[in-house]
Amino acid sequence: MMNTFQFDTASLLLALPEIFLLSAIVVVLLLDLFLTKRFKQVTYYLTQASLLITGVLSYNLIGHPETVIFSNSFVLDDMASVFKVFMMGFSMVAMVYSRHYLTQHSLFRGEYFILVLLSILGMMVMVSGYSLLTLYLGLEILSLSLYTLIAIARKRSGAIEAALKYFVLGAIASGLLLYGMSMIYGISGSLNISDISAFASDANLGARETLIINFGLVFLVIGIAFKLGAVPFHMWVPDVYQGSPTSVTMFISTVPKIAAVAMLVRILVDGLGAMHAYWADLFMVLAVLSIALGSVVALMQTNIKRMLAYSTISHVGFIMLGFVTGVVSGYGAAVFYVFVYILISLAAFGIIILLNKEGFEADQISDFKGLSKHSPWFALMMLAVMLSMAGVPPFIGFYSKFFILQQVISAGFITLAVVAVVFAVISAYYYLQIIKSMYFEDADKDITISAPMDIQLVLSINAILILVVGIFPDFWMKLALSLF
Amino acid sequence: MTFDQILFYVFSFWFIASSLAMIFSRNAAKAVLFLILSFFSAASIWILLEAEFLAITLILVYVGAVMVLFLFVIKMLNIDKSTLRAKFTGYLPLGLLVAAIIIVEMTLVLGGNQFGLDIVTAPARHAADYSNITVLAMQLYTVYVYPFELAAVLLLIAIIASITLVQRNELNRKKQSISEQVNVQAKDRVRLVSITTPSKEDK
Repeated sequence: MMNTFQFDTASLLLALPEIFLLSAIVVVLLLDLFLTKRFKQVTYYLTQASLLITGVLSYNLIGHPETVIFSNSFVLDDMASVFKVFMMGFSMVAMVYSRHYLTQHSLFRGEYFILVLLSILGMMVMVSGYSLLTLYLGLEILSLSLYTLIAIARKRSGAIEAALKYFVLGAIASGLLLYGMSMIYGISGSLNISDISAFASDANLGARETLIINFGLVFLVIGIAFKLGAVPFHMWVPDVYQGSPTSVTMFISTVPKIAAVAMLVRILVDGLGAMHAYWADLFMVLAVLSIALGSVVALMQTNIKRMLAYSTISHVGFIMLGFVTGVVSGYGAAVFYVFVYILISLAAFGIIILLNKEGFEADQISDFKGLSKHSPWFALMMLAVMLSMAGVPPFIGFYSKFFILQQVISAGFITLAVVAVVFAVISAYYYLQIIKSMYFEDADKDITISAPMDIQLVLSINAILILVVGIFPDFWMKLALSLF
Repeated sequence: MTFDQILFYVFSFWFIASSLAMIFSRNAAKAVLFLILSFFSAASIWILLEAEFLAITLILVYVGAVMVLFLFVIKMLNIDKSTLRAKFTGYLPLGLLVAAIIIVEMTLVLGGNQFGLDIVTAPARHAADYSNITVLAMQLYTVYVYPFELAAVLLLIAIIASITLVQRNELNRKKQSISEQVNVQAKDRVRLVSITTPSKEDK
């Protein structure tokens, strides 16, 4: 199909959130230049305002019928709008936590917020990407901003190493992804997702076409698995999580996961849904390996950021299990899992950041010793977060795992479900270990919390949400299901 | 064999040969020169495919600008090649094995059985007045305007990122303060200090 040119104001309005965010970035970038040290906080408030307005603009577009604009390269559907709203919300929370960390470790610079905004723009492009080209460009906008965000703390030991490692491996993964895309383009003759879908679901597809699509598919799956951090493409995850400043680690491990899942849905479900039987096999292997390795290796960690990195890997395994099922309810469960994982993860990193003091980096599990005596409230929050990660009811983490396993079993993969449960039980050990050091061990150093009120308040709401959504998960689950 | 084919084989030969020479050359400056040759050969193959604009851009941008920059960097940095090579030869057997397996597998999938001329016909030649640049420009600024804008954002990130990473902190920056220089007083320049010799008990 030949791409026809279309460009009108009506289609510009559908891309309003992106257009607004890009304009806001340029304004903040220029304004930041003229702000003196005393008014540096203005950049932070402008960032939050831009995120809020972008979120509201995206929210207004929910319910708009699926429309493809910009000559088949941008799609606006409910999935895109809902994902964008959630991305803005989570990013705003992440920025509240980040500010405390940045001021404590003298990393508070205008560029930090600009780069975060740019990476969010990249994620929005990915979420709305409807051609392989825009998906790739969005991914690069996201990745380049993240590499820089890590390297921004040049004086920190490990930050440069983490940034370089992420950059080199990320470049290789992008190359593999591009190679896969070029194969799909070569055989289907189009970069557009709906054209690829029409080509792949053609009943008369020959053996040659199937072979080439599969060949491209392998590279696409590798590229996506790398971006998600699934085993065996997980090598970068622990080092990058540990080496980055905690606020960047928090950002990397949360919001971009939405974009990665959106890319997965666009390419593999929307585009190559007809090839599900082929990529589901690959996903099954990746999922089981991720859950197993993530759960077992985390047992040995003493650094909490490294531990959370391995925990992320095992959560990614669960997300991939949702896509193995090949049914709409399974995809919905996976998206629900992503939102829940981000909610929990933000709270976990928020509490780590809360323990940070000027010149002191709280990133060891032992830093949590005796937290219950000094701050019973935040120890309780951490308790909720850890139990939720382990999947204990009534916290939200239980339901996300439950929905995934329910779908996996009803799709007939009982062995897979058993393996996942066994490793989830093993992983409970290291979550409980943190609870043990908070409640049953005495502090060996002073851990008074000196964080400002805004972070304490947002953190409390975040942790309470983990319980509230856990008691009423219906609305969120229905929302996730309605996206497909 | 037609003249086109002869040209293709000549350019491809130099492309592959110079790429290999680039990897195996001991001298970084020579490697850059070989890389220029391989870019040049690739550009020639593009011209055979009637993609003149891409070919010229490759030569202008990569050979003309990027490679010159590379040469500058290599001349300015003192790269110790012996340590690099020690690792290289250590990984060589495994690397060769992996490369060989990948080449065999990829040939099986992408070889003549799937992409031979009898299956995928050669693209038709364009007329003499066909302009590659016009077609590209028409596509780029109409159909692909959204990806084009995104590429512009990528360049913006590159600028911000490089400035952010290179910029020193306020404290380390050495800049002239002209008003201070003008207002300097004699007593600011010379400071008289009386020094007493320390006695042995103080030691």
